[in-house]
Amino acid sequence: MVPEIQGQMRRAFAIARKDIRIYYLKGPVIIFGVLSPSFLFLAFMIGRNLPVDFLIAGLLGMTIFFTSTSVTPVIAPTETQTRNLERLAAAPVSITTILIGDMLASVLFGMLISLVPILLGVMFGVGVAHPLVLAVAIVLAAFCFSAMGLVFSSTPTSMTSTVMMMSTMIKFPLVFLSGVFIPIHDLPAWGQALASISPLTYITDLCRYCFQGAGANYYSVPMNIFALVVFLVIFMVAAVKLHERSLPMRL
Amino acid sequence: MKNVTNMIVAEGLTKNYGELVAVDHIDLKVAGGEIFGFLGPNGAGKTTTVRMLTGIIRPTQGRIHIAGFDLLRDPIKAKEVMGVVPELSNAYTELSAWKNLQLMAELYGVPAKTAKARAEELLVRFGLHDRKDHKTKTFSKGMKQRLVIAMSLMSDPEILFLDEPTSGLDVMSARMIKDVLQELNNRGKTIFLTTHYMEEANQLCNRVAIINHGKIAAISPPEELKARIGGLGRLEVSFKSHVDSSDLRSISGVTDVRESGDKTYLYTDEPGTTIQHLVDYCRAGSIKIVTLNTLTPTLEDVFIKLTGNGRGMEEVAEVVTNGS
Repeated sequence: MVPEIQGQMRRAFAIARKDIRIYYLKGPVIIFGVLSPSFLFLAFMIGRNLPVDFLIAGLLGMTIFFTSTSVTPVIAPTETQTRNLERLAAAPVSITTILIGDMLASVLFGMLISLVPILLGVMFGVGVAHPLVLAVAIVLAAFCFSAMGLVFSSTPTSMTSTVMMMSTMIKFPLVFLSGVFIPIHDLPAWGQALASISPLTYITDLCRYCFQGAGANYYSVPMNIFALVVFLVIFMVAAVKLHERSLPMRL
Repeated sequence: MKNVTNMIVAEGLTKNYGELVAVDHIDLKVAGGEIFGFLGPNGAGKTTTVRMLTGIIRPTQGRIHIAGFDLLRDPIKAKEVMGVVPELSNAYTELSAWKNLQLMAELYGVPAKTAKARAEELLVRFGLHDRKDHKTKTFSKGMKQRLVIAMSLMSDPEILFLDEPTSGLDVMSARMIKDVLQELNNRGKTIFLTTHYMEEANQLCNRVAIINHGKIAAISPPEELKARIGGLGRLEVSFKSHVDSSDLRSISGVTDVRESGDKTYLYTDEPGTTIQHLVDYCRAGSIKIVTLNTLTPTLEDVFIKLTGNGRGMEEVAEVVTNGS
């Protein structure tokens, strides 16, 4: 059993390397990854009298969220169109292996791009109070949001525009619900309830703790980490089940 | 790999798409080292069958064993022993030929050192070595197809499934692919070949199956199939002057007459006797024969007889099928 799992993991890494070469190592994707957080930062900062460490925390959460969910949703529809999915379906890899491969590439991309807001923060004199927690938070959030992207990609279509529209419809409202713009403390009770069902809330809250120090966070650190793990498990299980259903419809 | 006689076994294989029965309870057994041809008109269920046999889609009913492994229960092990060339070539166009081959090696768990040596060998064999670092989107159709076949061979599979591998290719690429298939078969590999080209099936296959309306209409070696089908002996005759085909139908032993260009085809079950009657007929009418040839039934004739004009399934009962 263990050698089989190891074998499938090696194949997942092969799929991840393929994804990185085909979908991530592209000029527009990298430019999007670097520029979009920078523009978001400027949009946040200009004309608002908010502390920089507050802005950086929200920006980092949002950056991981957008980058980790940016490419994963389009891989399955693209490969349906190019018939490459049939190639993977004929190979000795399970659907879970394919999805883990797609997720690993996305995690790596999300983690690398998250360095941009951190470096921006350093440039503006924002220090990291809890670097270890921040590292754990970034990795966990990148996994969680990449798995969320896999749920979006399960739509049985070969049209990437359909998937992108659907994911944007879900992603943008989440940004406004998750304490990115307004601290959770300041939200009304119904706003806090809504914020609790968004995974973005927990990474943003962790970032606040890491950049602004204890007291800036609304939930405790273990609670935030636990919530992200729960969302990761929910998204991954849902992605596997949904892809198992949608894969035959794609082929 | 398990020690089995039949490398591919399908029992009661069925695929429904809603109300449509695409494949209807078919049974197949392909022996080790055999080249098995799978023929049928468009929409007959060929590609659906191949997709089920390669584990790409799940059958609605039925069982599949690949090299002794139950494909539905143990798909990873079953897929590890097979190479697949799908209907449409599907190498990753953004990757080079080399990277595509290495990806396949990784997906099939081939050790890196073996993978490199095998990729070099295959690139040379398929005439792609000088383009190995070029992205495959710059390749011609023939080159892409050769690469896809090379990709399917990266794991040195015991069983190779090919769905229309030479469709639409130039003569040189098609010939190269046929030569490779023959070489592989000589090395004991089992090949399941779906093709529209009757001559290709006739030349390469030890046995062929003809599928029509999702059911197997016949399974036999090509020559046996031609002999068993009967009634397809033909005389190809060219007359000096035009002869009315309705007159030719009256010749004893002639079952059908068709004209094509300057040739007339007389269908008969007894070519020898019919030749005598034809010569007598011409002598009596002072008709000069320019050429006269006896043609044996071709696989295409068998195919047309079994699948053409919607009569295919009526013929099924007449054909002795041999599924083992």
